[in-house]
Amino acid sequence: MLFRIKKSIDFMAFRKIALSLSLVLLVISLGLLALKGLNLGIDFTGGNLAQIEFSQPVGVAEVRDALSAAGQDQAVIQAYSDNGVLVRMSSYEDGTAQEILSALRSRFGEIDVLRLEKVGPVVGEKLRQQAFVALAIALGGVLLYITVRFRFRFAVVSVAALVHDTIITLGVFSLLGREVSLPFIAAILTIVGYSLNDTIVVLDRVRENWKGLRQKGIISLVNQSINQTLSRTINTSLTTFLPVLTLFLWGGPVIANFALALLIGILVGTFSSIFIAGTLLGEWYSRSPEKA
Amino acid sequence: MLKKDRWRLVLVAVVVVAALLSVFPIGGRIRLGLDLKGGAHILLQAQGTSENPLTDDSIERLLAVLRNRIDQYGVTEPVIQREGSDRVIVDLPGVADPEAALELIGKTALLEFRHVHESTGTVPPGPQRPNYDTQEEFLEAQARWEAVREQFDRAAEAMRLRADEDPDMIMSRSDEGEAYLLGRAYVSGNDLEDAKTDFDNLGRPVVTLKFSTQGARLFDEATAANVGRQIAICLDGKVISAPVVQERISGGNAQISGRFSTAEAQRLSIMLRAGALPVAVEILENRSVGPTLGSDSIRSGLRAGLIGALLVLVFMLLYYRTLGIVADIALAVCMLLVFAGLISLKATLTLPGIAGIILTLGMAVDGNILIYERMKEEVAGGKTPYAAVDSGFRKAMTTILDANITTLIAAGVLFYFGTGPVRGFAVTLSIGIVASVFSAVIVTRALLHLIQSRSRGRINIAASGERGKR
Repeated sequence: MLFRIKKSIDFMAFRKIALSLSLVLLVISLGLLALKGLNLGIDFTGGNLAQIEFSQPVGVAEVRDALSAAGQDQAVIQAYSDNGVLVRMSSYEDGTAQEILSALRSRFGEIDVLRLEKVGPVVGEKLRQQAFVALAIALGGVLLYITVRFRFRFAVVSVAALVHDTIITLGVFSLLGREVSLPFIAAILTIVGYSLNDTIVVLDRVRENWKGLRQKGIISLVNQSINQTLSRTINTSLTTFLPVLTLFLWGGPVIANFALALLIGILVGTFSSIFIAGTLLGEWYSRSPEKA
Repeated sequence: MLKKDRWRLVLVAVVVVAALLSVFPIGGRIRLGLDLKGGAHILLQAQGTSENPLTDDSIERLLAVLRNRIDQYGVTEPVIQREGSDRVIVDLPGVADPEAALELIGKTALLEFRHVHESTGTVPPGPQRPNYDTQEEFLEAQARWEAVREQFDRAAEAMRLRADEDPDMIMSRSDEGEAYLLGRAYVSGNDLEDAKTDFDNLGRPVVTLKFSTQGARLFDEATAANVGRQIAICLDGKVISAPVVQERISGGNAQISGRFSTAEAQRLSIMLRAGALPVAVEILENRSVGPTLGSDSIRSGLRAGLIGALLVLVFMLLYYRTLGIVADIALAVCMLLVFAGLISLKATLTLPGIAGIILTLGMAVDGNILIYERMKEEVAGGKTPYAAVDSGFRKAMTTILDANITTLIAAGVLFYFGTGPVRGFAVTLSIGIVASVFSAVIVTRALLHLIQSRSRGRINIAASGERGKR
């Protein structure tokens, strides 16, 4: 078998490298978010969106041409198949969508309107706020649960790991310029749940091995715990990654971004549960042992 | 077999049978969200003005008119509900033409027959170069046309100034670009008894009106006073047509012809029959999905799900062998429970919901993986296979619970804050978590005990996925 681990790997030896790598990724992600920002969809900015299918293959340039001729040159046009395009406009005035559709009809003949969305500015603002509140509450709730079930420091490192996962996922989305819409928030919250799930299994083992702390020292204890849970971590990541990958590849254009966010989250989450949560915990305890 | 183990088997059998009964036949049992079956979700904001403020009564009348229009349009199982003090949610499942639905919902549809003070003609289309022999002739024609248009613009501007000064007058334009200076309304849509779609003698769609007794009298007076002159027919302040009155009309019947298609004429007659909205509405949010995209989404979701499931099943089988078969059966039970849960909770399945199920496919076997890895450790530590199963389960239990409860917290927050499709995701994810814990802990254990009692305890745990190591 490919994933069989024959002997224990000294993960903690790599902790400086792993933590530096994470730090670099975090800085790049935050930089991207600050400078380039996210490609916010109409759910958050307000605007109009139309998904249209033509009866014959039509290029993005032709669509753009037809729309600018009708005075709609602000539209963002994206082809998702030979015949299909998504048209996104930040204008949310009533009738914008109608203008776009009639411009396309007069140029390309009969078109099939698959999806039409309009979000007004009030709703966009509300959705944006709700997304932030939801994230904050989820983080708070999880922090509380782990503090009760484990130790406070465990809670802090697992929240650090999931904030790490979330920021890097956001960073990748900023880099790729992929659209961020409402389901994306659901994906982020799922990543939060998944990342925790992964981290907790490792920390749970640390807790179980805790009585050997005096004897072994925190670093080797964490290392032992990571090794003991390693095949589980990898297997579960694989079984989760595979179905989400099929969703990304074959799930259709509407859900592709959602699946992509999950894929990135699973990858980063696996990395962080092996390299970040445990190493942080080890560093913390070795620098300032907790008073019993 | 221990008594406890037997009870566990019975429990699993009962749950599986109950789930099977609630799931099959599956056709039409799952509630689909608008994003899967197609339809429109519209959030309206009622807009009061100083003359026409929003009251409880006007919102209630707004709901009634909307309901009336939607019923006449022929939508099955629409949802029309008030949200907060001044918003209305309209869900229209299965409408094929989202544009038409928006028009039907969002238009105030106040019909008025107004006095015409003045009107400009239509600006003729500009000259086309191919129609002229020389460039000079063309330029001359173009200059003449520019002059006409300028004159037209000046006239329209003068009308606007007059309308600004006099509160009884309004300026309006028709779709063809003519400008009108309109006076008072003689009669409005409130005085109608009926409106129907018909065709005129040229086969063009028209809307025929039948006035109420009072409306007929007002219309009679209006036509009598305007023989030989235009009367403007306005919808929401925009001129649809402005026919010249040929003779006095006392029968209470009238006809609106304009440049509309049959579908537009039908929509207009529905709106006129149902009446104008008592207050204007603004469309705050609209999400419409055509029926083709919905069924496409179901198809691609199903395909992705099946391929994903296959990959997970094969992986577990290859890696864990006999234990993998048990995990695969547990996964099948888990999926069955997810669908049974969806149906019996009458939850709505949305596209992100399908994604939630696919995600569950992967996370469901996590419980099995945790347990199996524990069992291997126990065997490596010198326990007998039988004892390893028990202690493996016991030790993996807290981990499984802790890991799943945290995911459940995230799903719960999503459910609370999410709307529509996103909430559907939270629902399937939550059901999936509960179902996967049940199948990993109860189903797997029951099956393992069954196998052990058959093979007298000789289940080969250490060999699973560890071939060739020892």
